[in-house]
Formats: sequence, structure tokens, C-alpha cells
Amino acid sequence: MTDVLHPVHVGDAAHDDHAEHHGPTGILKWLTSTDHKVIGLSYTVTAVVMLVIGGLFAEIIRGQLASANGTLVSFAQYNELFTMHGSVMIYLFAGPFAFGALANIIVPIQIGAPDMAFPRLNALSYWLYLTGSITMLSGFFTAGGAANFGWVGYAPLSNSLNAPGAGADLWIGGLLLTGFSAIFTGVNLTATIFYLRAPGMTMFRMPIFTWNLLVTAILILLAFPVLTAGLIMLYADRHFGTHIFTVAGGGVPVLWQHIFWFWGHPEVYILALPFFGMVTEIIAVFSRKPVFGYKGMIFATLSIAALSLGVWAHHMFTTGVVLLPFFSIMSLLIAVPTGIKMFNWIGTMWRGQIWFSTAMLMAVGFVFTFLVGGITGIYLASPPLDFFTHDTYFVVAHFHSVVMALVLAGMAGLYYWGPKITGYLLNETLGKIQFWFLFIGTQVFTFPMYILGLQGMPRRMAVYPNDPQWVHLNQIASLGAVLIGVSTLLFVVNLIYSWKKYPAGDNPWDAHTLEWFTTSPPPHHNFYRLPQIRSERPTWDHNHPEHRALHHGEHETTHA
Amino acid sequence: MAVLPVAGLVLSGCTIPSFGAHPGVSDTSKQAFHLWQGFSVAAAIIGTLTTALIVWAVLRYRRRGDQIPEQVQYHLPLEVVYTVLPILIVIGLFAATLVVENKAVANPSTNVVVNVNAFQWGWQFTYPGSNALVYGQTTQSPEMVLPVNENVHFNLTSTDVVHGFYVRQFNFSRYALPGVVNQFTIRPTQTGTYFGQCTQLCGLYHSLMFFRVKVVTDSQYSQWLASFNNPAAKARYTAAVNTTNAELSSGVPSKATYTNFGSGK
Repeated sequence: MTDVLHPVHVGDAAHDDHAEHHGPTGILKWLTSTDHKVIGLSYTVTAVVMLVIGGLFAEIIRGQLASANGTLVSFAQYNELFTMHGSVMIYLFAGPFAFGALANIIVPIQIGAPDMAFPRLNALSYWLYLTGSITMLSGFFTAGGAANFGWVGYAPLSNSLNAPGAGADLWIGGLLLTGFSAIFTGVNLTATIFYLRAPGMTMFRMPIFTWNLLVTAILILLAFPVLTAGLIMLYADRHFGTHIFTVAGGGVPVLWQHIFWFWGHPEVYILALPFFGMVTEIIAVFSRKPVFGYKGMIFATLSIAALSLGVWAHHMFTTGVVLLPFFSIMSLLIAVPTGIKMFNWIGTMWRGQIWFSTAMLMAVGFVFTFLVGGITGIYLASPPLDFFTHDTYFVVAHFHSVVMALVLAGMAGLYYWGPKITGYLLNETLGKIQFWFLFIGTQVFTFPMYILGLQGMPRRMAVYPNDPQWVHLNQIASLGAVLIGVSTLLFVVNLIYSWKKYPAGDNPWDAHTLEWFTTSPPPHHNFYRLPQIRSERPTWDHNHPEHRALHHGEHETTHA
Repeated sequence: MAVLPVAGLVLSGCTIPSFGAHPGVSDTSKQAFHLWQGFSVAAAIIGTLTTALIVWAVLRYRRRGDQIPEQVQYHLPLEVVYTVLPILIVIGLFAATLVVENKAVANPSTNVVVNVNAFQWGWQFTYPGSNALVYGQTTQSPEMVLPVNENVHFNLTSTDVVHGFYVRQFNFSRYALPGVVNQFTIRPTQTGTYFGQCTQLCGLYHSLMFFRVKVVTDSQYSQWLASFNNPAAKARYTAAVNTTNAELSSGVPSKATYTNFGSGK
């Protein structure tokens, strides 16, 4: 084998029969397509709409909390709003955006596959997701209003006595539908990654994004069926007279918490790992270096996934009915692989040539914000500290640092991969302004909430004691929420402003992975030809054959 | 190695800043506060170092030309260091956690027992062995009276949904679960009135589910208990305890009892 890489032809570019794939166009194409890119784009649009809806709920919540005795909404409306804010953001935005939208578009191309393993199942996933989302949100139009028991739906607050309305049933139904959507996506991603990799794409040559999606998919398969079972039990309690979570018939309310969090903590990583993957790719590309500690990164991801299945009861330290030391040490240990990732990201930037595109700014913003969320999470793994921060704004601040970090990462992903799927770049100046609003807004929004929590403000309060300091801190947090809202608006403006304005070309970022080897947007079955795959950076190897990855102590031999 | 400074800081916590938490007005809350300080010092050191690395990388390695940097991918010794070091720190944090946790959840023998019953949306405090009963909804903020420097044993339960019993100055909270009696002990060390509130979402008036804790001297406490030494109070007490037991055994909250919450929104 010579050092020069020869492209492998997998189609005949001259005849271009892939591009002239005859099928329906326009709305009919969108309705009937089983192409992973079309489905992925549908997912992306739907998820971004959900982000905007969930964001609007958040703005109303922050408006209500801008004064101690807010009158913007009633107590009942407030309970519905934070329940649906959490539900929309977790169930309908973050997950589907991560493993439905970007994974769908990018994973098959990154491994050199023509499509997902089960294209029709993939379409079913999307339609279940859309119908589930509509089902859940339609609760607002029922007589009793939407679900109002928090996004965690603790029994017995969620039983038919305490939450009699149809909104609660629609919440359960919507969650069942999107849950099945996630399970099918998990099956599809696992099969795709195991069976459809291009020749040469061994497991340890898969890009980190694909690796993280594989681990995510496996976690989905382990966790989501448990939630589905729990939801069916809850529904049976509500309507079929069972007493699984009801004390009266010998049931155990706290069992719901076990079931919910047995799904719920892996879910945190189901949400986070895809975004970690996005950021890993983006930092490497814009630092013009390979991912530092590539294999360590993979093992870190695997150990996070393994640990995440044994930490669910750290959400239940204050129930008094769980084994504290076990869940404490398991939760603390997650800091270790997470720390490895953090240092790998920094190591990737180290001695690089960092190009601060919008995508890279968003990725660095993620790293810092996630550092804050990660460190404050360590406190919560210690039961004595959790005892006095649990269910206060400290916890709210902690997980908003984490999820806002994921939003930053998601935006990085959109700016980075958007051009691949649309063929057009977004405006960089607008993007950078958006970044600063989002990044500063996030910190202004979360930091006061940490202090509020330590001063004893519980979460999910429509009104709060009129302490001047609490009012001020809440107002600062609300200001942060406004800044974040402006950033989202700027993103929408950018989408409209940049519409088909800046052609991207095949590889605008001098990127590493296979998706940048094909056209933007890729043809029907993704590739006319593939480069030889000899590392996790086949496109880079093809474009820069003299700059291969090195071990410590190794140096580039000039004129190789 | 990393364990030692953390453990040292936990022990000598008094001289370092509060990092936003309350120093506590009970035995275990003070220990929890010192643990908080220890964690915070570790967090501050690690957070500052990591942020400094990020800022340095971002400023120092900005793109300055078109040359391609050395494609270094692995540095095994470095990777081992930043794997092993966090493991040691975690072990240190866990050890400190265990010490404080074992005290926080211990239930030493006590003379004072308070039964706490949470309901939508208020609290009922009964003192077995006496006729003392305090009961109130939402902004009525029922006031629990406790003697200072005594171990107080709590039996906490709920008659309907999950509630959260939380007093900031005790640095402690515990769920009130229907069908479960949660037990814990708190030894208040400072007299004063402290603010308590339900922390776990429990329905419409969750935001208003307040209570107060008044810690008084032993003699004041005896006086307070004695004030319930009359037939009327005894009748009230018996009725309240029986209602609660009936509800607990049926598991169905009799909401009608608790719907009179005045001018709640």
C-alpha cells in the first residue's frame, strides 16, 4: 500500500443516476420520504419549533417570577407551564434533536452508508415523534388544561384523583408515542452503525460523534422500555383500577420514582452524549488537529454509559428509602470520565490553530458552561449536600447550566453541519452576535439561581416570599432569560437572512470526516465515491496525506 | 495526595468562606456546612484551573496562519494523570461525605418526638405523650416548637401526595411520602424562629405551603407543652391523631378537610 490514498468509486459520477433519483418532490417528498436526510431535516425543523415553544414557556415563567407576587399567570397555569416547559424541552426538543435530527443526517454519512439500516422504520420514528409531540401539547386545549404535575409526573400527584384532566392522559400518551419513536431510532442507529459501515471503517476508526450515538442508542434500548412500562402502569392506575402506585390498594408511590429515574438518569446521558460528540468533532476540526486522546474519549463515553445505569437514586436521596453510599459513590465516579472528556477537549485545542467560527465559539461556550454544570453536579452526588439543595433553585441552576451547555452545543452543530445538509452557510456575523447573547444570557440566567437555591428558594413556586434580595436575584435571572430569547430570535433572523445566500461547497471547514468528502447536500445515496479509510479522519487524510495523527514524542517527518 | 487538603479543609472549615450556604443552627447542619465548604474549595481549585486552561488555549492558540499544527493525538502519561487524579479526588470527597452522612442520618435515642403530617397544603405537628398539636394551612404557617440542645426525633409522613419537609437553617430536607414514615433526628443548637417550606411539588398551592420552626429554651418548651394540658386541647389532639390514622390507613386523602385555604390565588 502506498502512502497516496486512492478514491474508491462506489457510483458513476459521470452518469449521475443518483442525483436524478426520480421521486416525488415538495410536500409529497417530505410526507413519503424514507431518505435519512429528509427525515433528519424534518426532525431538525420540528425540534427547533419545539425549542421555540419550550422557550416561550420559559419566558412566561421568568416573567411571572420577575416579582415576588407575580400575576402574569395563575397558580394553575404556572404549574402547567413549568410542567410543559420541562416536558417539551426534554422529551420533544433535546432528545429528538440529538438522536433524531443530527444523528439521522450525519451518522450514516460519517460511516459511509447510503442510508439508515431500516429506512421505513426511520420514517415511522419521525411520524411517531411528530404525533406524540402534538398529542402532548394538545393538553392545553382540554378543559382541565395541560399536565400540571411536573415533567417527572410523581405519583400520586399524577393519579386520577389529583390530576383528573385529559391533559394528563395526553401527556402520558404523547410520551408513549415519542418513547416508541426513540426506541425505534435506537434500534435503527445500532443496526446502522454495526452493519452499514463502509469498507475500512473499523470500530476504532469511527468518528467520536458516531461512537457517541452508538452508545446513546444502546442506552435508549436499555432505558426507554422501562419508562414505557412505567407509563402503562400509571395509565392503568388512572383508568383501569390498578393500585401500583397507590397506597390504598397496597401499592407503593415511590416505585414510580424508581422507574422514572431508572430511565431518567440514563436519559440525561442519552441527551448529553450526542452533544458531547458534536462538540468533540467541532473542536478538533476548528483546531486543525485530531481529537486528543481519541480512544480514551471512547472509553470515557462507555464508562459514563455504564455508570449512568447505576445512579438513578441520587434523584431520590431525600426520600429516605434508598441506599445512600452506593448511589453517592457511583454518581461521584461519573465525574472521572466526564473530566477525561473535558481535558481531552482542552488537549485538542492545545497547540492548535483555532479558527473561531460561530460553530467553534458555540463549542467553547459549551465547554465552559458544561464545566459549571458538571462541578455543581458533584455537590449533588453527596447526600448531606443534596439534602439541603434538593428541590431548591440550586438544582434548577445546575441542570440548566448543563442543558444550556447542550443548547450551545446544538447550535454549534447547526452552524457546523447545517451547510452540509442545505448546501448553504449561515451568516457568521449574525452567528457570533447570537453566540454572545446566548453565552452571556446563560450565565446571567443560571448564576442567580444557584444563590437563590442556597438561600432556600424551592423550585416550582408561582410566588415567593417578598425578600428584596430574592426579588433582585430573580430579576437578574429573568434578564438572562430575555438575552437567551433574543439569541433564539437572532438565529431565526439568520436563517431567513442567509437563505440560499452563501454556497458552502463540499468542505467549507477543511473538516475530517466522511460527510465532508461528498457534496453539499449529498446525493440521494450519499456518495459517488469514497476515499480510503485508514483512520477516523478519512477526509483529512485524503486532503492532507502528509499530516497524519501522532503519538506523544513522535514528530512529523518532513517530505514524507 | 489530593485527599489530604480536602479532608483538612473539611475539618478546619470555620475559617473559609461560606460559598453561599447557611452555617446551620443544629449539629448536623453545621457538619453539612463544613462539608459544603470542603467541596467548594475543591470545586474552586478545579474550576479555576480548568477555566484557566480553557482561556489560555483559546487565547494562545488562536489561528495565526495557514500552517498545519503538529497532529498530536496521544500523550499517554498525561492521560493517565488526568484519569488517576480525579479518582483520588472523588475518593476523598466520598470519604468526607460518608463521615457527615452517617451523622446526618443517625437516629440516637431521644426524649422529644414530633410527628409531622404533611397534606395538601399544610402541616400538622403532634407531640406524642402530650396533647400538643399545631395545625395550619398555606400562609397560616403553623409553628413547630422545639427545645434547644435536645435531640428531636421526627416521624414524617404524608396523607396525600409527596411533600418535602425543608428548613434552610437545618441544612436538611426529607420527603414526606404517603404510606411511609420517614424518621430522622435533628439537634437544634440555637434559639430562634426559622422558616420552613414544602419543596416537592404537591399541586395547586405548593408555593404557599409554609411552616415555621421556633427553637426555645428547655423551660419555655415545658411551658409551651403545659399550655396544652386541658381537656379541650386533649379532645382536639385525639381527634386530630385519629383523623390522620384513618386517612393513612385508607390512603385516600379527604380533601374536603383541607379546602378552606382563604384567599389563595
